[in-house]
Amino acid sequence: MRWIWIDRLLEFETRKRALAVKNVSLAGEHLHDHWEAYPIMPTSLMIEGMAQTGGILVGQACNFEHDVVLAKITKADFTDIVIPGDQLTYEAILENFVDEASSIKGIVRKNGEQIGTISMIFGHANNNSSGLDLPENFVFTGSFQRMVEPFLEGADG
Amino acid sequence: MAMTEQEVLEKVGEALVEALGVDDDEITADAKISADLGAESIDYLDITFRLEKAFDIKIPRGELIPDNLLNNPEYVKDGLLTEEGLTKFKEAMPHADLTEFVKNPLVDGIMDLFTVQTIVNYVMGKVNG
Repeated sequence: MRWIWIDRLLEFETRKRALAVKNVSLAGEHLHDHWEAYPIMPTSLMIEGMAQTGGILVGQACNFEHDVVLAKITKADFTDIVIPGDQLTYEAILENFVDEASSIKGIVRKNGEQIGTISMIFGHANNNSSGLDLPENFVFTGSFQRMVEPFLEGADG
Repeated sequence: MAMTEQEVLEKVGEALVEALGVDDDEITADAKISADLGAESIDYLDITFRLEKAFDIKIPRGELIPDNLLNNPEYVKDGLLTEEGLTKFKEAMPHADLTEFVKNPLVDGIMDLFTVQTIVNYVMGKVNG
């Protein structure tokens, strides 16, 4: 099972930007304890949602040949809370891309209004570069690839 | 138009404050990027990205920090740079003050060479030619 915190990609431009949507629902068990009397979406999970959106953007830019891992959250500012029934979008814009790493600037919107900015850096790992005994392609299993495939059909990739 | 050292220092300082979450007053010329300002390895990439944007320059891998030299067994032995390694290192890092380092060229001490001034010197060389 993958811990996926985006529902769907809405827009995708190779090596430029990705836009994902997340509908926040009280069916999500994480909200039952955060908090029972006043459920709000944890900011850490919105950061994860942005990491997944940006991770797909970067992973596709690497032709999914590297495992893209979150290396640093440079900035994460939020100005509002998010409650069940809200719709979140995560817009990830590629800022830097080199062989070993990349960075994105991210905008979080709630029901269309900007409520957060997140900047993060990804490392591009594989068994040769990391020196670690990583499992084969442990990031881009089917779930993430299937999200982006509709945007790549007919494109150069 | 050529930039003054003060102008470069101010922009380098801004990049370091944003990348490392340190206060302005911690940015002094002799502050060590790792030991004093708390940078970890990924932060050097972050700093590189910010410098490229702030000064509209390209920083090829291994130019600001010649870490590729350290993987060569001819240049490093028993945790020390060899004579040949030291020569290569000096060539690769004209922007650093190696006066003290050459007396005991410990690989573990290399990151201490990266001070705010080292980065300012490097950027000065890039923007002013």
